[in-house]
Amino acid sequence: MNEQELADLSEIARQIRIMIIQMIGRSASGHPGGSLSAVEILTWLYFREMNIDPQNPGRPDRDRFVLSKGHAAPVLYATLAKRGFFSSEILSSLRQVGSSLQGHPHRLDTPGVDASTGSLGQGLSMAAGMAMGLKLSQNPACVYAMIGDGESQEGQIWEAAMTAGFRQLTDLCVFLDYNDLQIDGRVSDIKDIQPLRDKWQSFRWRVHEINGHDFREIAAALAEFRHEKEKPTMIIARTVKGKGVSFMENNVNFHGQAPNAQEMATALTELNHGR
Amino acid sequence: MAVESLRGAYGKTLLKLGREIPDLVVLDADLAKSTQTQVFAKEFAGRFIDMGLAEQDMVSTAAGIALTGKTVFASSFCTFLVGRVFDQIRQSVCYNRANVKLVGTHSGLGVGEDGATHQSLEDIALTRALPEIRIIVPADAVETSLAVEYAAATPGPFFIRLTRNNLPTLFGTEHRFIMGRAPLLRDGSDITLIAMGAMVEKALQAAELLAAAQISAAVIDFSSLKPLDEDILLRFAKKTGHLVTIEDHSVHGGLGSACAEFLSQQYPVPMKIMGMDNQFGRSGKPEDLYVHFKLTAADIAGAGKEILSRP
Repeated sequence: MNEQELADLSEIARQIRIMIIQMIGRSASGHPGGSLSAVEILTWLYFREMNIDPQNPGRPDRDRFVLSKGHAAPVLYATLAKRGFFSSEILSSLRQVGSSLQGHPHRLDTPGVDASTGSLGQGLSMAAGMAMGLKLSQNPACVYAMIGDGESQEGQIWEAAMTAGFRQLTDLCVFLDYNDLQIDGRVSDIKDIQPLRDKWQSFRWRVHEINGHDFREIAAALAEFRHEKEKPTMIIARTVKGKGVSFMENNVNFHGQAPNAQEMATALTELNHGR
Repeated sequence: MAVESLRGAYGKTLLKLGREIPDLVVLDADLAKSTQTQVFAKEFAGRFIDMGLAEQDMVSTAAGIALTGKTVFASSFCTFLVGRVFDQIRQSVCYNRANVKLVGTHSGLGVGEDGATHQSLEDIALTRALPEIRIIVPADAVETSLAVEYAAATPGPFFIRLTRNNLPTLFGTEHRFIMGRAPLLRDGSDITLIAMGAMVEKALQAAELLAAAQISAAVIDFSSLKPLDEDILLRFAKKTGHLVTIEDHSVHGGLGSACAEFLSQQYPVPMKIMGMDNQFGRSGKPEDLYVHFKLTAADIAGAGKEILSRP
């Protein structure tokens, strides 16, 4: 990846952040923190990695993405709109009656959403199920998923981890958005999920640890995933909750709270200034 | 009457469907020998996945597999398949409108000696509250096979509730299963006995007892529980004016509730809802438990007489 490509991706990520802030701010509802922390990963997946066709979102040979931490729906919606799955004009209808953009992703409402998620833990099982179904059909498509760090406290995550490791689902690649904040505080204070690398390795996964905001590190981990022949891939991505907006960064109050008008204006000024 | 295993019919039908439908996949959670999915597993090892003791993971995984274009059956005992997994059924299966068929065995008191932990008495109440899912409670092996075939051929979520024990075969090979149609097993003019699953046999016996007392009882097998057969319900409420519902399930949210919800708004008639009322089951032989919890043919006939004697 040369400097120009990196700059282009960074610009897309910046625009997606603006869309997220506008979407949540205008609807006065939504989860900004965990959306902003996942921007680079989704940008890379949808603009560089995944075999997808915005004109034909249901194509059988497409790669799938499951946002198991469904509350980060705004980053998925913004990325899908930016990628051309639907008009970005509908983003401001987020969470409103009649909108095709539900508070949490719903595959029957939104083009490009591969699974409805929201109750934590279930998305990873669904993603593993997709990988198993595709394997049975000898379909070479890959399944990508993202789970949260707080979500890793759900028992079902570990049921699914055991299944995918045992079944050697090599076409399954999961990002853990590790921003260390959940609603009630720091993940490490409430119920620490460490040691993470040991846990996932012991469940028979290939584990990579990266900076989740660094496109080069995301790319490098995914390059290894593409050559993986034995295990499902877990990419533990160290991220910053609220990344890109100074007063939201590492601020637990912006887990599920929309910015008010003043905060939205300040956030947009910061993001526009960063061009 | 010959008795046959509903689980056995399920296994045999899965095997037949496996030969006809290449995209059929079957999941179980370490109970393949009990649920009889092992019959399918032996011939189609590649399309059978034992998920181990992880029912929540199994049901969400089933949804994921289904979203790639497969028809997926997932089985366990009703109490683990539904009670334990309600949220996964709600969100992974129903909200995703995934092509998943949940087939639970060992429902109700009929489980017997294993006791309350294994006697699922709430599964209908739980699933009936969910959008998208259809519910079938077969009363014999023939109906089981037809219900499983129907579910396999019809896109979307299903819950099929089976018993542990063999039940008398009520239907001949000519029987046709129609979703939303409850078969009338015996016509009558004084009272209607509405039963599901293992209670259908007892309702038929109760009708004989009532006949001996010069009471003409109709018996309906309400296997097609959701969607409910409102037509036959209304017809027999009007015709007989008195109803008894009988279920090996809680009286809160099950067959009786479904009938009462409809009739109370359309054509209220005196009703008795028989089943488990705000209590857990116990260990014991199934027939002893039905005596203990007052769900025998004699109890049903007694309830019928009581309603008819009301002023």
